[in-house]
Amino acid sequence: MMSDLNSLTIAEAAAALDKGGCSAAELADASLAAAEAASGLNAFITLTPDIARERAAASDARRAKGAAMGPLDGVPVAIKDLFCTEGVPTTAASHILDGFVPPYESTVTRNLIDAGAVMIGKTNLDEFAMGSSNMTSYHGPVKNPWTGPGGEDLVPGGSSGGSATAVAARLCPASIGTDTGGSIRQPASLCGIVGLKPTYGRCSRWGIVAFASSLDQAGPFARTVEDAAILLGAMAGHDPKDSTSAPREVPDFRAAVTGGVKGLKVGIPREYTMDGMPAEIQALWDQGAQWLKGQGAEIREVSLPHTKYALPAYYIVAPAEASSNLARYDGVRYGLRVDGETLDDMYANTRGQGFGAEVRRRVLIGTYVLSAGYYDAYYVKAQKVRTRILEDFTRAFADVDVLLTPTAPNAAFPVGAKMDDPIAMYLNDVFTVPANLAGLPGISVPAGLDTDGLPLGLQLVGRPFDEETVLRAAQAIETAAGFAALPKYLGGQA
Amino acid sequence: MTYLIHGDTGDWEVVIGLEVHAQVSSQAKLFSGSPTAFGAGPNSQVSLVDAAMPGMLPVINGYCVEQAVKTGLGLNARINKVSVFERKNYFYADLPQGYQISQYQHPVVGEGVVTVDLADGTTRDIGIERLHMEQDAGKSMHDQDPKRSFIDLNRAGVCLMEIVTKPDIRSPEEAGAFVRKLRSILRYLGTCDGNMEQGSMRADVNVSVRLVGEEGYRTRAEVKNVNSVRFIMQAIEIEARRQVEVHESGGEVVQETRLMDPVKGETRPMRVKEFAHDYRYFPDPDLLPLELDDAFIEGIRASLPELPDAKKARFMADMGLSAKDATTLVADRESAEYFEAVAARHDAKKAANWVTNDLFGALNKAGLAIADSPILADHLSKLLTLMDDGTISGKIAKDVFEIMWETSDDPEKIVADKGLKQITDTGAIEVAVDEIIAANPGQADAVRGGNDKAIGWFVGQVMKATQGKANPQQVNQLLKAKLKG
Repeated sequence: MMSDLNSLTIAEAAAALDKGGCSAAELADASLAAAEAASGLNAFITLTPDIARERAAASDARRAKGAAMGPLDGVPVAIKDLFCTEGVPTTAASHILDGFVPPYESTVTRNLIDAGAVMIGKTNLDEFAMGSSNMTSYHGPVKNPWTGPGGEDLVPGGSSGGSATAVAARLCPASIGTDTGGSIRQPASLCGIVGLKPTYGRCSRWGIVAFASSLDQAGPFARTVEDAAILLGAMAGHDPKDSTSAPREVPDFRAAVTGGVKGLKVGIPREYTMDGMPAEIQALWDQGAQWLKGQGAEIREVSLPHTKYALPAYYIVAPAEASSNLARYDGVRYGLRVDGETLDDMYANTRGQGFGAEVRRRVLIGTYVLSAGYYDAYYVKAQKVRTRILEDFTRAFADVDVLLTPTAPNAAFPVGAKMDDPIAMYLNDVFTVPANLAGLPGISVPAGLDTDGLPLGLQLVGRPFDEETVLRAAQAIETAAGFAALPKYLGGQA
Repeated sequence: MTYLIHGDTGDWEVVIGLEVHAQVSSQAKLFSGSPTAFGAGPNSQVSLVDAAMPGMLPVINGYCVEQAVKTGLGLNARINKVSVFERKNYFYADLPQGYQISQYQHPVVGEGVVTVDLADGTTRDIGIERLHMEQDAGKSMHDQDPKRSFIDLNRAGVCLMEIVTKPDIRSPEEAGAFVRKLRSILRYLGTCDGNMEQGSMRADVNVSVRLVGEEGYRTRAEVKNVNSVRFIMQAIEIEARRQVEVHESGGEVVQETRLMDPVKGETRPMRVKEFAHDYRYFPDPDLLPLELDDAFIEGIRASLPELPDAKKARFMADMGLSAKDATTLVADRESAEYFEAVAARHDAKKAANWVTNDLFGALNKAGLAIADSPILADHLSKLLTLMDDGTISGKIAKDVFEIMWETSDDPEKIVADKGLKQITDTGAIEVAVDEIIAANPGQADAVRGGNDKAIGWFVGQVMKATQGKANPQQVNQLLKAKLKG
């Protein structure tokens, strides 16, 4: 039997807390107990029971005093271990950050604390957020709470695999991740939950271990669109410490969710129909369009002609930035140091042993594409492609309000699959990467199951800083889909 | 005066370009709030950003941008309304990020010009190619321990301006004059303190040589990190001579980076590993392009102080100073201000004489800067007033100046305390004149007999008798009246 507390959404938990149906301490304990019991999923790198209990008690005390309560007051939240959290080890799932305990709190997690959220732990991820399966973590792969038809273990997707698994398995009602090429939306799709990547600049990047600075964005995981809206509202906001953070007001995202889609113009990008895409994904996509039409939206085909160049451009820009961003992990000031005879030997030893294979691969690719003689052919060209992709979207959004696409070209796959073929792995991000290159908001909503009974998501992409429309359309899909299937593993089960 | 190296195959001309790194005067670093004061304890001025902790992001310091724009305007240069910070990637233990944030393809300041004054009184225009902003690195110390190196990150992230000249410089003297002029402009502007001994200014010197009359440039070599005007001039002489020898012995000058050894008087190539980087520049995605609007630029332009060239022209045109005196006085802002304070109430030429001869002479002898002068401008001005109103003679003024130098006292006080006030009472002088004439009848007869030279002797005797306090004109008149009248 599942504990009632573990099945609560954010909105339900907040209501229960308001009505005195439960305390923050009880919610935290239920979450911690479920997370500890679910250690086999490997969703967490670090659990933070002391912090969770302390913040839950503080929340209960605030409530008892009748103090003003934040939008997440007393709600357990799991944090991707890419966010620096004061006094708590932050690993980026890499050996190279061994022993690193930040003396500072990232802006996004600080905002969550200010909203009353209760951190229960730091979740597993692909090393430095580089991966689509959570297989590249130094701390081992995360298991999807959904299993294959033969009971085989499946990946949760990545890179925010631990955060997706934690919410899907009901270890906590909400979590946060980061999305550089699909790292929130793809695992949300593979785990049957909601995941939202906001507009670039909506959430501060200060204190998030950087992967690719021009693409990275923090965003929420939740089990409902409304919850994702609540969580995003608490995370977002201008931060003077991040020069790329947008000086804009944070709208009432939760209010936007209920707006409905009557008269909304929804674009179906023709180029997202790909050879070899499973028929059931095409069918679900068509179904999604019908659901929106049924609620009063107008469906239009649009063209994003440069879509096929998005993935190649992404795999130049992202590694280029990563190769530079990861240069600071040199063994000199913090984290792992493997000594050597000379300074160069120390660098080679530290970085050779500290970084895993996928990170090394991307650092090498990135270094190569920025090298003298290759810079124009690769990096400059990729940036030009990026401009074309943004122009495609701008043109499409002159015609429609939001775009509907599949989130990923497949459902969850077995742990260990695609590891010998990086290109096949990279293809998992084919539908999500364009929104990162263009800086647009995107959401994945669970919409159905494939023939193996595994969840599939649909993606909605909107205009810059128009998360509200994206949320409205996502709510319409959620309502129509009535997705109620549960994963095999459910936290809090007796 | 052309600087030439007389080789075996002909006369060689030297072509020089400088890259000057000047530390921006600013309380905080370029991308963090850490302080920049010189001489603080190791690693005491290091923020999370400077130490490149995970997830830390740079935020541009607007004051540093103002300083760079101000400098650009002071160099008569074009200000680029859009400039871009890029990452220059390389690994070193005192470079925490693994890259230096610098401007590369799009610097904040473009072409400009600096007019330098040469010893022979002529001037030359040296073109400025560009000015860009960048972060300094930290400091590695390899001599503290036999096995380990130590790192001080206090300088890491401090804002530097790199000012690049065109290859317009033709002699060590011009190079020295350029650096001194640049330093003077920066100090006038208050954008860099110009302290080369503290590392606030240092230069990379690009040198090539070519036969007189030759078109185009030959391969250059770069002498890195030269930290005084004297060493810059020396590096050029040494490197130019070396290159002439290489060319004349049939060799090829290699484009490379060299270091100067002032002790051995030679330059030597840096090890290949020390400079053979592929810096992999690309725009820093953590920073937006820097966009400046006209109001910002014009606001800075309106706040510019009068710069040395304009000041020199004014001193010559309005105050009638010679080019030599004007050049000397405007060389640094403090000297010019001192002079102007003195000249405000006195004849400018007389003020210039006292400042450039008496004061600068004493300062040079004592090795002091104008800021450390024991004589305040106000006091020197009072000294000139005492002369102008006849209170003291020019001769006594020199003595008072000596005492002012020793004591820093007000000259009015010195004159009063020491009783140096000139005697202008005719009666008192007459008594002294009469006594001297009476005591020296032979000399008096000589004067009466037409020996005018002997009058001078009498003047001297009277001045001696009055301890120099008698007004010499009055003494002269009285003697003439009594002996020849």
